[in-house]
Amino acid sequence: MSRVVNQITIVGASAGGLATAEALRRVGYGGAITLVGDEPQLPYDRPPLSKQLLAGQWTPGQLALRPEADIDALRLELRLGVPATGLDTALQVVKLADDTCVPYDALIVATGVRARCVPDADGVAGVHTLRTLPDALGLKERLRPGRHLVIVGAGFVGAEVAATARALGVEVTLLESGPVPLAPAVGEEAGRFLTGLHHEHGVHIHTGAAVTEIVRIGGGVAGVRLADGTVVPADDVLVAIGSVPNTEWLARSGLTVAGGLVCDAYCMAAPGVYGVGDVACWHNPLFGTAMRVEHRTNAAEQGLAVARNLLDPDHRRPFAPVPYFWSDQYDIKVQAYGHLRDHDEALVLDADLKGRQLLVAYRKNDRLVGVLAAGQTPKTLRAWRALIAVRTPWAAALTNTTAA
Amino acid sequence: MKVSVAAAKCVAAGQCVLLAPEVFDQRDEDGVVVLLDETPGPELHDAVRESAMVCPAAAIHLAES
Repeated sequence: MSRVVNQITIVGASAGGLATAEALRRVGYGGAITLVGDEPQLPYDRPPLSKQLLAGQWTPGQLALRPEADIDALRLELRLGVPATGLDTALQVVKLADDTCVPYDALIVATGVRARCVPDADGVAGVHTLRTLPDALGLKERLRPGRHLVIVGAGFVGAEVAATARALGVEVTLLESGPVPLAPAVGEEAGRFLTGLHHEHGVHIHTGAAVTEIVRIGGGVAGVRLADGTVVPADDVLVAIGSVPNTEWLARSGLTVAGGLVCDAYCMAAPGVYGVGDVACWHNPLFGTAMRVEHRTNAAEQGLAVARNLLDPDHRRPFAPVPYFWSDQYDIKVQAYGHLRDHDEALVLDADLKGRQLLVAYRKNDRLVGVLAAGQTPKTLRAWRALIAVRTPWAAALTNTTAA
Repeated sequence: MKVSVAAAKCVAAGQCVLLAPEVFDQRDEDGVVVLLDETPGPELHDAVRESAMVCPAAAIHLAES
């Protein structure tokens, strides 16, 4: 059944929120749109924060997701710099930190995630996380040749910052609690390849390193203590141990929150309420599983899908994408399609560190579910993506691609 | 509609090629976008607009006439 929608409120003014607003206009919605965001800036892009911005190659102005004129053309009521603090789904209002309320006929939850931190690091000078523009500018200020940066957590953010910092002449130590950096995300084989890359560039890597304490002198950081008692000295510490979905404002809303806002295959959390981007945990029918994807391209694609489903509910379609991400580290671009987490097997088809080539296929049950690559042609990658998109059986995928 | 691309911003995600292969391609060596058709026909406009929207680098610019 269609609802009358004249006021759409989007909470979250980053890539997902903006994409939804754009898509609503593109699909022909002419009513009011209010865009609420906790950061004061116009929507900006986050992937360059750990790369071009940190490296000093780009200025903050170059992060703008759209020119101001394009934002103006969307005719948005902007409420930037004001976090949402509550939601009343019965009255259909969002409560904001300045004690005002924004009503809605339809609501988009696109509040994203924030960086997870360690408990005793609050207010200690030289301890950083990296999620926002001010975070990146603060870290950038401290990266000078010869200084020592300790990165806690060797996921993609940690690995990208390590690469950027090495290029700036910073001494880098990467601490990973597991046996292989990046393995939780991409498997041990790809993790070892990327570890080799960081070794080659002089990054000190400690695996099996459990951090027990941020060591401080006065109000500033002095190092990181590990479970075996070792202290790794540091001028700065970046804590890059993953993220936390921003769902606290939904606590008494009646919406289901469990590792993100729980949505169905149409990205709907409740009638008239949809989730978009990093915060949304939705059922992806292509892989037959719930997933929450913290990748840049997913935010835009999900915004588009939600706009269509919201405005034309009689013809709504499940959101069934092949997720995609990329990571730039040194002279390598790693690209991946599919759902790599929880795979049963990661099969290395090509791994040549000197030649900068990597190709890993991922199996879940008897199906090809993902591919991760570096140094392969776009055509090769697209062929793999196509196989994932049509649920190709593992055996057929390997025959198909090794013959190609 | 006139299409332009900022190759320096392109991150080689290839989303545009998936959506509008008649208009966009990628260089073999690094995956950076190649514009095949600056003035695509009306039947391609929706696909090109969607490409510009989902481009993760905001590297596709459209001048609508």
